Amino acid sequence: MNLKSLLMASALALPAFAAQAEPVKIGFMATLSGPSAALGVHMRNGFQLGMKELGNTLGGQPAEVIVVDDELKPDVGVAKAKGLIERDKVDVLTGIVFSNVMMAVSKVANDAGTITISTNAGPSPLAGKGCTANFFQISTQNDMNHEVMGKYAQDKGFKRVVLMAPNYQAGKDALAGFKRFYKGEVVDEMFTQLGQLDFSAEIAKISAASPDAIFTFMPGGMGVALVKQYDQAGLSKKIPFLSAFTVDETTLPATKEAAEGMFSGAQWAPNLDNAENKAFVAAYEKEFGAPPSLYASQGYDLAKLLDGALKATGGKVSDKAALRDAIAKAPFKSVRGAFKFNRNGFPVQDQFVVKAVKRADGQFVTESVAKVFTAHQDAYVGECPLK
Amino acid sequence: MSSTLFLLQLLNGLQFGMVLFLVAAGLTLVFGVMDFINLAHGVQYTLGAYLTALCVAKFGHFGLGLVAGLLGALILGYVLEWLLFGVLMHRSHLEQVLGTFGVILVVTDGLKMLFGPAPLPLAVPEAFQWSVRLTPTLVYPAWRLAIMLAGVVLALVLWWLVAKTRLGMLVRAGSTDRETVSALGVNIDKLFRLVFAFGAVLAAFAGAMAGPLISIEPTMGDNILILAFVVIVVGGIGSVRGAFFAAILIGVVDTLGRAFLTGWLAGLVGKPAAASVGPALASMLIYILMALVLAVRPQGLFAGAGGK
Amino acid sequence: MTPGLRKDLALGALAVGLLAVVLFVALQIGAGGIVSLIARIGIFALAALALSFLVTQAGLVSLGQAAAVGLGAYVTLALAERGQSELLVQLPLAALAAAAFAGLTGLVVLRARGVAFIMLTLAFAQMAFFGVAALPAFGGDDGMALAARSTLLGVKVLRSEAGIAVAALLLLGLALAALTLVRHARLGLALRAAMDNERRAEASGINIPHVQLAAYVACAAIAALSGVLLANQADYVSPGYLNWHRSGELLVMVVLGGRRLAGAVLGAALVLVTEDLISHYTEYWKFWLGLLIVAVVLLRGRDLSSLFGRRA
Repeated sequence: MNLKSLLMASALALPAFAAQAEPVKIGFMATLSGPSAALGVHMRNGFQLGMKELGNTLGGQPAEVIVVDDELKPDVGVAKAKGLIERDKVDVLTGIVFSNVMMAVSKVANDAGTITISTNAGPSPLAGKGCTANFFQISTQNDMNHEVMGKYAQDKGFKRVVLMAPNYQAGKDALAGFKRFYKGEVVDEMFTQLGQLDFSAEIAKISAASPDAIFTFMPGGMGVALVKQYDQAGLSKKIPFLSAFTVDETTLPATKEAAEGMFSGAQWAPNLDNAENKAFVAAYEKEFGAPPSLYASQGYDLAKLLDGALKATGGKVSDKAALRDAIAKAPFKSVRGAFKFNRNGFPVQDQFVVKAVKRADGQFVTESVAKVFTAHQDAYVGECPLK
Repeated sequence: MSSTLFLLQLLNGLQFGMVLFLVAAGLTLVFGVMDFINLAHGVQYTLGAYLTALCVAKFGHFGLGLVAGLLGALILGYVLEWLLFGVLMHRSHLEQVLGTFGVILVVTDGLKMLFGPAPLPLAVPEAFQWSVRLTPTLVYPAWRLAIMLAGVVLALVLWWLVAKTRLGMLVRAGSTDRETVSALGVNIDKLFRLVFAFGAVLAAFAGAMAGPLISIEPTMGDNILILAFVVIVVGGIGSVRGAFFAAILIGVVDTLGRAFLTGWLAGLVGKPAAASVGPALASMLIYILMALVLAVRPQGLFAGAGGK
Repeated sequence: MTPGLRKDLALGALAVGLLAVVLFVALQIGAGGIVSLIARIGIFALAALALSFLVTQAGLVSLGQAAAVGLGAYVTLALAERGQSELLVQLPLAALAAAAFAGLTGLVVLRARGVAFIMLTLAFAQMAFFGVAALPAFGGDDGMALAARSTLLGVKVLRSEAGIAVAALLLLGLALAALTLVRHARLGLALRAAMDNERRAEASGINIPHVQLAAYVACAAIAALSGVLLANQADYVSPGYLNWHRSGELLVMVVLGGRRLAGAVLGAALVLVTEDLISHYTEYWKFWLGLLIVAVVLLRGRDLSSLFGRRA
C-alpha cells in the first residue's frame, strides 16, 4: 500500500513529466462475444478507425487503447472495469453497448472518480436523478430513438398500432418512449422472451389485429429473425414496420431484401450530408469492406471527441476537472452534424427517421428520409440536479 | 376468427416441434445407443446453417447449397468424431460433458473468428416464397409447411430404419445391452460412428431448414441444445418415438403459452399483473412440464415402452 | 484423525493458503487487479466447492448450482434495499433461502438418477431464473445495483476489494474444512456408499433419501454464501447469476479440479486466471479456453473415469 501511495504522490508531484512519459490510457469496453457481439464489434471498429486516422494520438499525445469484452454480463463488466481502473489505470473509461452492464459499471467508475463516456448505453437513471459530472453519453439516451418513431407514427396519422419488445427493462423503456409522442390507440403490447427466435405466435397475433403499423425494439439476432419472419408472413408490404436498434447495418447484411422499406429511428445515417460523415463512411467501407452502422459512427465520434478534448487541455489528463470541462464542450465535429452535451452529459441533437434501402452497389444500408426532431433532448434531464 | 388463430398457433407449435425433433433425434440416438452425452450436438445445428448459408451464397441455388452444406457438415462431424468423440466415448459422463463443452467454445469462437459476429444471410428459396391464405388476414408461409413436411418424412424414415432394418435392430439392442451387441461380433465403434454421423446430419439439416427463419450466428446452437435435451429427457432417452412426440408436445406448449397465456391470465388476475407474470410464466412452461413429467416418470414418457 | 483426513485438510490449507499468499503479495505491491482476481476466484471457488462435494462425494451432478448462488445474491439485494446490510443477518438468511429452495425441489429432484437428475436440477434452476427476471421490484431482467455494501457488526469490512478477497478466502477455508470433515465422517461415508451401490447401502441401514437431501441442502446453502459476496463484489445483482451457463461454468471448474474437494479451488483459479490472461490479448479467448479444456480432458488420461465411474 505504501509503495502505491508513494508512486501516486510522485506522479502527482510531477504532472508535466508524467504527461510526457506516459501515454494517455483509454479503456474501451464492449460486448464482443455472444449473440449481440456484432454491435460491440461495429462500435470498436469505428473507434479504432478514428484512432488510426489520428495516428493513435489524442490531442498530440501518444494514446494506448485497451479493449475488453464485458460478455453482456454485469458482474463480468464490473470485474473488467475494476481491472481497467485499478490495474491499467486508464484515464477515461469508454464504450459499453448494453444498459444493464452500464448501470453496474457506472457505479464502479463513479466511486473511483473515473470519467466515463458511454458510446451506446444511455439508461434513464443516469440521465435523470443519477446524473453525475463524470458521466457523458455520446449516442442517445435510450428513449430518444423510440420517441422518433412515436412522433413519426403520430405525424403519419397511424390510428392503431401494435407494440412489441423483449420482456426486460430496455424493452419496457422502448415502448414507454414510443408512447410519449404517440397518442393513437395501442391495440396490443406484446412482451417476448429475451433471446427468442421464433416469432410465429406474435406475427399471427399482429396479422389478426391488422393494425396501421407495428413498432418494435428487437436488437441483435432477435431482430434478424423477426424481420425475416415478418417478411415471409407477407406483412412487410401490408403493415408498416417501425423500429429502433433493430434494422441497421449490423443486421441488414443478414436480412437483406426482407428488411427493405422498414423504418427506424436514429441520430445518424450513412447518407447524412456533411463532409465529416462522407469521409467517415468512405474510410470505413475501405477499411472493413462493409457499410458502417450507427454503432460504428458512435465509436468514431468518440475518438474525435477525445482528441478535441485533449487538444483543449494541452494533452494533459492529470487534471480531472479540466478534462471534464473540455469534454463537456464537445469540441469536435460529429459525423451526425450538430451535437452538444446537455447539462446531464447526454446529447442534444437532431433525430431522423431512416429507411432500409438497397444501394446501387448492392449493399443494404439505412437512409435518412425525414428529420423528426431538431436539437432534441432527453425526457429525464429535468430530474438531473447538475447545473 | 379466434379458432383460426388458435389453429394457426397450433401449426406454429407443430412446426417448431419438428425443428426440435430433427435436432433431438440424433442426440437421443447417440445418447441412447452409445451412452454418450454430446453437448456439442448444438454445434452441428449451427454448422449446418453456416455451411448451407455459405454454399447457397457460392452456388446461388438453395438445393445445391443445401446438399453441399450437409456434405460439409457430415465431413466436419466425422473429423470431430475421429479427433475427439471416439476417445470421449470411453470416458465418464462428466468428462464427456467437459470435453464437448470445450468443443462448443472452440467452434463458436472459431466461427466468429472466420466469419465475424454478424449474422449470415440465407433467404427462403424462390420456390417457397408463397403462402397459404387461411382467412383474409391470416396466412401461413410455405417454408414453414415445408419444414413440417420434411420433419414428418424424416420421422417416418427414422422409424423404418430403427424398427425394420438390421441396423436398427443393432441400434435398439445396443441401447439396452451393449455387451450382447459386442458379443454378436458387431464393431461398436463403427456402429457409433454411423449413428453419430447420421445424427449430425439430421441436426445440420434442422439448422439449414431453420436458417431462413432465424438469425444465423455463432451462438445459435446454444438455445436449441437445451431445448433438445429437454425433449429427449421428456421423451425418454434413446427413444426416437419419444423424441418425436416430446418435441411436438414441447413445441406446441411453448408456442401456445407465448401466444395465449398472457391474455388468458389477464382475465383471471387483471391486465397489469398478467403483463408482468404472463411472459415469465410462458418462458417457464416447458421446464414446469419437464419437471412434472420427470417427477412422475423419471425415465421419460416412452422409455421402456418398447418404443425405441 | 485418520491419515486420509489429515492429507485432505493439508491440501485444502495449501490451496487456500496459496491464494492468501498471492493476495498478501498483491496488496503489498499495490496490484489492484490481482486483488480483484483473487476475490473472484475465492467467490467462485466457494460455489464450485459446494458443487464438487455433491458431484464427487454423492454422485449428484447438478446443473442448477447457479440458482443457489443467485438466490443468495438476491437475498442480499433485497435486504440491502430494506436497509439491512449486516452480514450476520444476510449470510444466514441467504443460506436459509437457498436451503429452502433446495429442500423443496430436492424432494422431487432426488427421486431421479443420472441424466434425469441433471435435467431436473436444470429445470428448477431455469424456473428460478425466469422467476427473478420477472420481479420488477429488483429490476427484472436487467437486475439492479446493490444499495450498500454489506457490513460486519456495523463495520464496512467489504468496502474494499481486499476486504472482499479476505472474506471470500475465509469463507472458502471454513467451508473447505467443514466439507472435508463431513467427507470423512459418517455422512460422507453414507453418501459414498449410496453413490457406489444404492442397494447395498440401503441394506446396511443407510437412509439414502435423507443423507442425499441433507447434502443437497447444505451445498445449496454454502453456494448462497458465495452469492452474498458476488453481489458485494459486483455491487450489482442480475438474473444472469442464475443462468444455466453459470451452472455449466461451475461444473467445468469442478471437473477440471478433479475428484478432491480442494481441486475445486484449483479449477476455479484455472478458469478465471486463463480468462483474465487470454482476454487481455485476444477477444477470442473462449476459443483458447475451449482448446485448453479439450486438451486437459484428452491428456489427463483415464484417471477420472475410474474415479467417477461410467455413470457419474
